[in-house]
Amino acid sequence: MKISYYPGCTLKTKAKNLDIAAVASLEALGVEVEEIERWNCCGAVHSLTADDLIHQVAPVRNLIRAKEMGADKLVTLCSMCYNTLARANEMMKNDPVKRDTINRFMDEEIDYNGDIEVVHYLSFLKEEIGWEKLKSQVKVPLTDLKIGSYYGCTLQRPTEVGIEPLGHFELMNDMFTSLGAEVVEFSAAAKCCGSYQVLSSLPGENNAAAVVINTAAKEGVEALATSCPLCEYNLGKQQQQMQDKGKIEQNVPTYYFTQLLAVALGLDSQLCHFELNDKKSLALLEDKNYLVAA
Amino acid sequence: MTIPISDHSLSLKSIEEINTLSGESVKVCMQCATCTGMCPMAEEMDFSPRKVMHFVQFGLMEKLMDINTYWKCASCHACSVQCPRGIDIAKVMEALRQKVLRKSKNYIEPSQMSKEAIAEMPQIALVAGFRKFTS
Amino acid sequence: MCETEQKKQVTPRVATGDRAILPEGAKTIPVYIMGKKYEVPETLTIMKAMEFAGFHFLRGAGCRGGICGACPTVYRMAGDYKLHFGLACQTVVAADMYLAQIPFFPANRADYSIDEIGGLPEAIHALYPEIFRCVACNQCTKACPMDVDVLGYISALKQGNIEKAAKLSFDCIQCGLCASRCLGEIPQYHVAQLARRVYGRYILPNAEHLKARTAAIESGYYDKMLDELEKMSKEELEKRYVEREREPDFAEVGSWKPEETRYL
Repeated sequence: MKISYYPGCTLKTKAKNLDIAAVASLEALGVEVEEIERWNCCGAVHSLTADDLIHQVAPVRNLIRAKEMGADKLVTLCSMCYNTLARANEMMKNDPVKRDTINRFMDEEIDYNGDIEVVHYLSFLKEEIGWEKLKSQVKVPLTDLKIGSYYGCTLQRPTEVGIEPLGHFELMNDMFTSLGAEVVEFSAAAKCCGSYQVLSSLPGENNAAAVVINTAAKEGVEALATSCPLCEYNLGKQQQQMQDKGKIEQNVPTYYFTQLLAVALGLDSQLCHFELNDKKSLALLEDKNYLVAA
Repeated sequence: MTIPISDHSLSLKSIEEINTLSGESVKVCMQCATCTGMCPMAEEMDFSPRKVMHFVQFGLMEKLMDINTYWKCASCHACSVQCPRGIDIAKVMEALRQKVLRKSKNYIEPSQMSKEAIAEMPQIALVAGFRKFTS
Repeated sequence: MCETEQKKQVTPRVATGDRAILPEGAKTIPVYIMGKKYEVPETLTIMKAMEFAGFHFLRGAGCRGGICGACPTVYRMAGDYKLHFGLACQTVVAADMYLAQIPFFPANRADYSIDEIGGLPEAIHALYPEIFRCVACNQCTKACPMDVDVLGYISALKQGNIEKAAKLSFDCIQCGLCASRCLGEIPQYHVAQLARRVYGRYILPNAEHLKARTAAIESGYYDKMLDELEKMSKEELEKRYVEREREPDFAEVGSWKPEETRYL
């Protein structure tokens, strides 16, 4: 099986631990991953004003790139990319006036009418691989890991592009159950981490992120898993500073779900680039003896 | 807080403008404050989302241009998905931001940000932030 | 109809001559320079047509050879909305062309020391955070008179790929038309120049033979020869130049060696 894949800018630098582990895991599961050519930034946030179409051009251009390659599905991973691509796609599918204006503006490109399906990596795992097959491929079960699936905002909201209905976290939960981990449902799984507000707040002063971490810790979560580099930045990379400022009581190591997937599939831990996570993240996995070196 | 309403402060034109920009109809808001309850940023706002919806219902543009609520909004859509009246409140917040940004006024200046912070942040934070905070 | 075709044959649509003299039999056409109509010979470039019309260039003209980037020009054909972009020294005028030069565009250029900033993409991000304001509208690429994929290299830099950006932007002549069209107020061409500098300084492997040659120069190996040359008269230098040994044209690689081998 071969898929077209849109990685996103951050996944090529600061979040390559999200990207490389994801691609290696799919390859281990027998999927050939083809990155689309000449992709550009997705725009990161969907523009919300009715007349602002120029900010929809970036995601649409990527969908055109996928179409040019003959794809009917585009798999993506970063929550913000997923949300932005999927919402722009919905708009191109359902709003003929906006579609026409955008196609006219992009006169150097082929016309696009929303015919690519934007699929999140987790949905792809469930639909095309299946939990049974995934279970059978696990080499290092994540036994004893009390994991909290953190969806944040953009995997669920708004509902028309949510990978699952509000309040449901089965996709990531089922993946972790298949990997042998103990899933801990917690009440902040879809609470915002503060997102781009990090630009206007001081380091470690992000209250929204502190709420997520404190809630998770209180409700028995030992480690958090996310699919978003901005969530990882706010929850993981800022954690030490939040602790120093007394915003959080307890450390909760934060991972990309693809890193833990790769670990469970027995892939070389170098592929997971744990050096890009918080130091305590690697220590927890070493304590639990999950890591395999090539 | 009491807001005196007069011919001078109430602006039908402003209500219309926010409705057009957001694609929503602010008059259907029934002031239940579910939005405020859901908002992860409410404690950083000088006026809660419910109060802002109220200001918008009366078109109190001068007041609205002076507050931080929509600059503290993280566009997380927690309010929008729970609004019992079906208002996409995140879009109303965006309309208010755009009211300012479209006059070429930035909320943050990229050139004033610390180089260390820019180098450390993930690209999506910068792209998202610049889209929400710069014109 | 026939007459027009004949005329086309005698006056090919190429710029001829180095002065604005109306070639014999040349046809003139109307062009609109900054909104005012002028009749100019149809064979001239925009730059020569402007001089023919009486303009004198103090700025906005450089090499006249399509490489210095001093004469970027925007034009539009009567009756059509589409904007076109070209270099005034390279683009031949056409009838009913509306044009204006944009010799300079005030684009932000960051201050940095190439030896201090390091070779990571984050250095470029920190100096030019405005690249994250790109909306992928692609107006930059459409405006480039050198057919550079401007959106492509800005995207590459956002993705942290300095090498790709350096290679994609290699043909840039720094004319600034990209920046003049940018919705995000990004100075693309300055960013690209920084990318190429970082690529050259930190990423591209150094040429080993260049290191050896530089060391030889610094050790004074060639000083004696240079001293000798400096002391020569003009006549002696000319004689030496004329009598110099030359590798024959089309010689097979490695098949020829000079007789003078002292400085090899």
